[in-house]
Amino acid sequence: MAVTLVFLGKLADLAGASEKSVPGPLDWSGLLEALPGPLGEAARGEKVKLALNGTVLADKTALAASDGDEVALLPPVSGG
Amino acid sequence: MKDIRILHGELSPGVAMTAFNAAHPEAGGLVSFVGKVRPDRYVEELELKHYAPLTLRGMEELADATLARWPLDGVLLHHRTGTMKPGDPIVLVSAAARHRRDAFEAAQFAMDHLKSDAWFWKREKRAGVWHWVEPRDQDHADLARWAP
Repeated sequence: MAVTLVFLGKLADLAGASEKSVPGPLDWSGLLEALPGPLGEAARGEKVKLALNGTVLADKTALAASDGDEVALLPPVSGG
Repeated sequence: MKDIRILHGELSPGVAMTAFNAAHPEAGGLVSFVGKVRPDRYVEELELKHYAPLTLRGMEELADATLARWPLDGVLLHHRTGTMKPGDPIVLVSAAARHRRDAFEAAQFAMDHLKSDAWFWKREKRAGVWHWVEPRDQDHADLARWAP
């Protein structure tokens, strides 16, 4: 088991994949360590939100994910 | 009554509207909006991506908010994902009500919210290269008029 990171929109291009597995537990600083270069910078950006198991976090720096959890990185939506 | 769907294949507005109408014999009117991939000489394809855990629930909540705000018999939100060509239908919103004004306003409210804050990411292929579409200020302005 691990934590699954899901990259949406242009973040998937930056990641070169739509998903990535990282060892849990995972907090905000651990997430940034797992995201090299421009991906980490994008994640820090105020417009990028995080969802933990389908619930958007009010404060992404409070991330606390465990093995089996899914963390989605959500850039601004472009609308339907 | 809600009819909320994310469609991975074709969206047939006529078929969906016929079924929605049949489901609401008590309604005095239906208002429907079909959004299409806008024909544009440079856009070859459009791709919409969604995130299942958020997108469908967000649409369900939008339908609930619409039903709470107007006296409706039903609301329908159908949204495509995947790859589409210019002219293809992307979205169908329908509202059924006893009276037309409620149906018009509810359909517009639901559509403005789908356009600006639904969980979809869009990219366009121009000259063989995919480009992500950024949020439009106009969509947020359209939303602001529904603020309480």
